Amino acid sequence: MADDGVKVTEQQKKARRARNIALALVLAAFVVVVYVGTWAKLGANILNRPL
Amino acid sequence: MALAEQRETTDGISLAMPRDYLALMKPRVMSLVVFTAFVGLYLAPGGAGGAIHPVIGAIAILCIAVGAGASGALNMWYDADIDAVMSRTAGRPIPAGRVAPGEALAFGLVLAAFSVAMLGLLVNLLAAALLAFTIFFYVVVYTMWLKRATPQNIVIGGAAGAFPPMIGWAAATGSLGLEPVILFAIIFLWTPPHFWALALVKRADYARAGIPMMPNVAGPRSTQNQILAYAVALAGVGLLPWVAGFAGPIYGLLAVLLGAEFVRRSFAVWRMDAADPAMVPARRLFAFSIVHLFALFATLLAEAAFGGLAGSA
Repeated sequence: MADDGVKVTEQQKKARRARNIALALVLAAFVVVVYVGTWAKLGANILNRPL
Repeated sequence: MALAEQRETTDGISLAMPRDYLALMKPRVMSLVVFTAFVGLYLAPGGAGGAIHPVIGAIAILCIAVGAGASGALNMWYDADIDAVMSRTAGRPIPAGRVAPGEALAFGLVLAAFSVAMLGLLVNLLAAALLAFTIFFYVVVYTMWLKRATPQNIVIGGAAGAFPPMIGWAAATGSLGLEPVILFAIIFLWTPPHFWALALVKRADYARAGIPMMPNVAGPRSTQNQILAYAVALAGVGLLPWVAGFAGPIYGLLAVLLGAEFVRRSFAVWRMDAADPAMVPARRLFAFSIVHLFALFATLLAEAAFGGLAGSA
């Protein structure tokens, strides 16, 4: 049976992997920025919420 | 855009590397934006004094940088057709075929949305509104409308590059005042002679791309006259931070010297024979203009940082 799936070249694999790593780093940095920024913005008030 | 359709249908899997996305953000332009925005933020009352939390200040600068990157990506998406025919820009990711136009568009829109939203949520709404307006002004007013329509393109469009110190100031204070408007005016008046010096040298490139830059529409002579006029105006406006009292005597002295040198180099451009293909005075003015702006803002920053007149700002 002929395999008609997409053949990914080595160069394409390398580029995709590099993009994935970069995206993971950016997402991790985004989480850190939101977390640290929320603490800096709200300070102790971050704990001040209705239970 | 024919180019866009062609790229998107040739290959399903991208060969773009992370550095191509970084290139879409115009990192060199971004560095000047970050620097001038930081100066605006630092000079603002509370900027150096600590009224703005350092983490919030850093996030503000990050958001402004990402917003500038978004503007760059959206500019490259829209201008891919003309970038392809100009030697200076033919190697950019889209005309070189490394990034599909649709990817650049999505990248720019996502960055723009996130940078504005984060600035609004974590810093303040005025700064976020100014950043959103700046991105809109650069992408829609300058790139989509003025750039291909009028030789005044970079005069009016230059406002987009002049907004960052105002955004920095607004991030620190939540308001605006005379000082950020003066910083805006310096960059606004600096932009035409800076770009026209380059446009004189790259006249053939712009003609090939059909961009109505001043040297192509009004001719080199008129452009040389206008460069000199803007240089004189810039030398005067460069003194305003000292006159208005938010810069010290060191800045005042340097602004006089740098302004005089800018005028001297513009005069050399004015005397230049436009038929000379080397255009050495224009190249020298372009290079000096970058040093000039950097030196003015760096001096403002240094004075505020090392005791100068930061307290009176």
